Amino acid sequence: MSLIEEIDYGTPRSKSETMVTLTIDGNQVTVPEGTSIMRAAMDAGHQIPKLCATDMVDAFGSCRLCLVEIEGRAGTPASCTTPVMPGLVVHTQTERLKKLRKGVMELYISDHPLDCLTCGANGDCELQDMAGAVGLRDVRYGYEGENHVFARSHGCDNDHWMPKDESNPYFSYDPSKCIVCSRCVRACEEVQGTFALTISGRGFDSRVSPGMSESFLGSECVSCGACVQACPTATLTEKSVIEIGQPEHSVVTTCAYCGVGCAFKAEMRGEEVVRMVPYKDGKANRGHSCVKGRFAWGYTNHKERILKPMIRDRIEDPWKEVSWDEAFSFAAAKMRGIQQKYGRDAIGGITSSRCTNEETYLVQKLIRAGFGNNNVDTCARVCHSPTGYGLATTFGTSAGTQDFDSVEDTDVVVVIGANPASAHPVFASRLKKRLRQGAKLIVIDPRRTEMVEAPHVKALHLPLMPGTNVAVMTAIAHVIVTEGLVNETFVRERCDWTEFEEWAAFVAQPNNSPEATAILTGVDPKDLREAARTYATGGNGAIYYGLGVTEHSQGSTTVIAIANLAMATGNIGRPGVGVNPLRGQNNVQGSCDMGSFPHELPGYRHISGDAVRDQFEALWNVKLNPEPGLRIPNMFDAAVEGTFMGIYVQGEDILQSDPNTSHVVAALSAMECVIVHDLFLNETANYAHVFLPGSSFLEKDGTFTNAERRIQRVRKVMTPKNGMADWEVTIGLAKAMGFEMTYSHPSEIMDEIAALTPTFAGVSYAKLDELGSVQWPCNEKAPEGTPVMHIDGFVRGKGKFVVTEYVATDERTGPRYPLLLTTGRILSQYNVGAQTRRTENVVWHAEDRLEIHPHDAEQRGVRDGDWVRLKSRAGETTLRAEITDRVAPGVVYTTFHHPDTQANVITTDYSDWATNCPEYKVTAVQISPSNGPSDWQKAYDAQARQSRRIVPAEAAE
Amino acid sequence: MSPDRLIYMANQIGKFFQSQGHSKAVPGIAEHIKKFWDPRMKRAIFAHLDAGGAGLAPDVREALTSLKQTTTLPAAS
Repeated sequence: MSLIEEIDYGTPRSKSETMVTLTIDGNQVTVPEGTSIMRAAMDAGHQIPKLCATDMVDAFGSCRLCLVEIEGRAGTPASCTTPVMPGLVVHTQTERLKKLRKGVMELYISDHPLDCLTCGANGDCELQDMAGAVGLRDVRYGYEGENHVFARSHGCDNDHWMPKDESNPYFSYDPSKCIVCSRCVRACEEVQGTFALTISGRGFDSRVSPGMSESFLGSECVSCGACVQACPTATLTEKSVIEIGQPEHSVVTTCAYCGVGCAFKAEMRGEEVVRMVPYKDGKANRGHSCVKGRFAWGYTNHKERILKPMIRDRIEDPWKEVSWDEAFSFAAAKMRGIQQKYGRDAIGGITSSRCTNEETYLVQKLIRAGFGNNNVDTCARVCHSPTGYGLATTFGTSAGTQDFDSVEDTDVVVVIGANPASAHPVFASRLKKRLRQGAKLIVIDPRRTEMVEAPHVKALHLPLMPGTNVAVMTAIAHVIVTEGLVNETFVRERCDWTEFEEWAAFVAQPNNSPEATAILTGVDPKDLREAARTYATGGNGAIYYGLGVTEHSQGSTTVIAIANLAMATGNIGRPGVGVNPLRGQNNVQGSCDMGSFPHELPGYRHISGDAVRDQFEALWNVKLNPEPGLRIPNMFDAAVEGTFMGIYVQGEDILQSDPNTSHVVAALSAMECVIVHDLFLNETANYAHVFLPGSSFLEKDGTFTNAERRIQRVRKVMTPKNGMADWEVTIGLAKAMGFEMTYSHPSEIMDEIAALTPTFAGVSYAKLDELGSVQWPCNEKAPEGTPVMHIDGFVRGKGKFVVTEYVATDERTGPRYPLLLTTGRILSQYNVGAQTRRTENVVWHAEDRLEIHPHDAEQRGVRDGDWVRLKSRAGETTLRAEITDRVAPGVVYTTFHHPDTQANVITTDYSDWATNCPEYKVTAVQISPSNGPSDWQKAYDAQARQSRRIVPAEAAE
Repeated sequence: MSPDRLIYMANQIGKFFQSQGHSKAVPGIAEHIKKFWDPRMKRAIFAHLDAGGAGLAPDVREALTSLKQTTTLPAAS
């Protein structure tokens, strides 16, 4: 293994299909029109010296090092800003160029410290490389002149010198090493789209400045790391590199945070991670990253990680550390005992969207074949299960239709109930790039999100009341149908025409017009009509949506309504269009694909199908139960009722993440065996009897499937700290329960998945190693995968229009609960925070805050930063208020990253009609000033402390 | 399981299919419950139906009646 170093071509790839041939240093080179001479030379294997150019940003032409001579042209143009032309004859190395370049380097080095040996970038510094490349041997100007290097010069303070900025927890900014190449500034603009950096001053006073000469932490910087990656010197350097030194080998793997699925190089020294660097060939992220994947991996060796199995008879007892064998047999005896006492269906399990496909597959296999029932569900239940139902009903597949590259061909982007800038940041950056090129943006969200406020982006924002998605989507359909904007050719060709006509007649009813529904939705009918017209007629229209769509009583209905709109306007089946669910967790798509839902086997095939079951029965050598099992909320209900008494939970914190915490507490307390398999003693573990320590994504092999159906490898870079990868733990538990599964490597599990699942038939580790990644379906028909779905027709045959009538949720505001609470995420934290709270990311978000409109705050006497009591029909908690007009009057908002806030104490039992996906996004609440934590919070904290006590195993003699 | 919760869930399913008209709604509701409810939930709602089915919307009651006739559930294990 060695360090993977990607080629830097200096300027971005040209997309032109017209080819141009020229001669560089005597070699004929053929490249796409629009390519720079610098890139063409690199294509031919000739590296022109450069400092300000890198292929992640556009050419800038400031360093004057990449000069070339072109026959018949005067002067020495910069090769980065000079495009190729047919027949050009270019020389990259001449006496004149050598002299010029050396002169340029002399100037740079005369104002640069010479501490190379002790510098953090030693071994990875382009300035050092270029000094070598141009043969710099002497600096005629000396180092005594005006400079940015020394704090004191000639006995006085040096006004040009600036101290290091160490405010960001992950990287340092050392202005004395800056060559003002502007790569960081351009990366922040062009790649990330945040515009946090600028160059202040002119000439010799030019400095990289976060915001208005603020610290990095105090500026708008979102710590994505693009500037650090772009920096050619030690000016912006990861603190981990400064501390550890340069990595010696690297392994390509996949981020374990959100559903974007960024590919990273884990750069290592032995088994120690030095840094994670986004991988340029990663097809989801194309070399970009966010603060979580790039920097927030410290949780993997956090001191609170549990590395030994533990058991206890009662949750009031302290934990007892035991051997793996003892933990497995203890758990197996309990689970089998429950089945003997209460029946075969009295136990079940939950697979994790954070674990690999292979691990998820094994857990569902253990449950279906080993437990002998179908009581398996996954955290997708509480996020994207309506996507599964809605898209399967209308299109025939439970998945997004596009790849992320598709956004580059989009003209109108509709973002509904999603805040990609916070929750899917790398996709947001790619989206914002397209928006800056002129694509239009429509945001449908109760809150003015970061997408609406993004710099250089103009959004048409429809701020709807929480819970009225279906009314808004149907009103958009009303405008499209009644104004004659339907793509009739597409609909006649691809969809069921009778169903379309029924649907069109329904949406055209006057009561579905924007004007009639405005009283419910709060959306200005004029804006809504403009949005509908823009989407229907503005070119390629793509819809991206998130949990603001699915987590409602009518979640599935909204997904169907979205699919209806895409079909009616013909926005399906080619690049640039489509319906794209943004998945919350890294492997939500994969866990759904792997048969984690109680009613279907891997590949979304219903458990009642005899032919499908036969296949699995033959390979697994066991009889399968043809009846669907319990979904997570049903499991809780059954537990309280006394018919569901044991659960195996892999990598999910149901107590914190599921709604109506007191109901979940009641359910968990009622169970006789709760097995938690996780990295940390999470909140659910407070009610557990068995704790099986988990392994992090750095410690195991496997695959994740991201929101674009892309299957990517997760590669082991270190030995599991707990001694076993998660798939081995599941096998151990299964064995103790008398169900043998024999695999020596996760690749064998994938082979079994491929053998049983038609959409995965062509997937193997060998193919993933060869292609980097594939998007399912990957089989005989599509051996290299399927970037865009439904190209020549829908998977189900004809696209199905379904009538979507708005039904108000039963969660209503009233005199006692006059405000609507909706929830969301923040960039620096992830989900329930189990990982990110155990990293330096807490500097950005140390607690959940309640956003409240100034009008509502004033009425209640609440000031910014005050503690407030947040009370719903389900429960109450306290947190601090943030007064902002990002939310409309009548709406309040909070995040759910911290267990001491417990936002889900407030949320209710209401759920999606089709899938029981909880209605997190609408809760009627009241706010009042408070003095501090509620009784619930105090009692919860006391129980949690009590429950987390551990008695260490006695040392072996 | 608590019939109240199941009645609520069944009626919620009923409300979605209502707008498709009676002839589509009844089989739609029956199919949905058949596909997604675990046997103990089905047994409980059928028992409630046998006990008079109070609180069930008309389409839902009809759907459950027809579903019950065509369903053989494994005995509670």
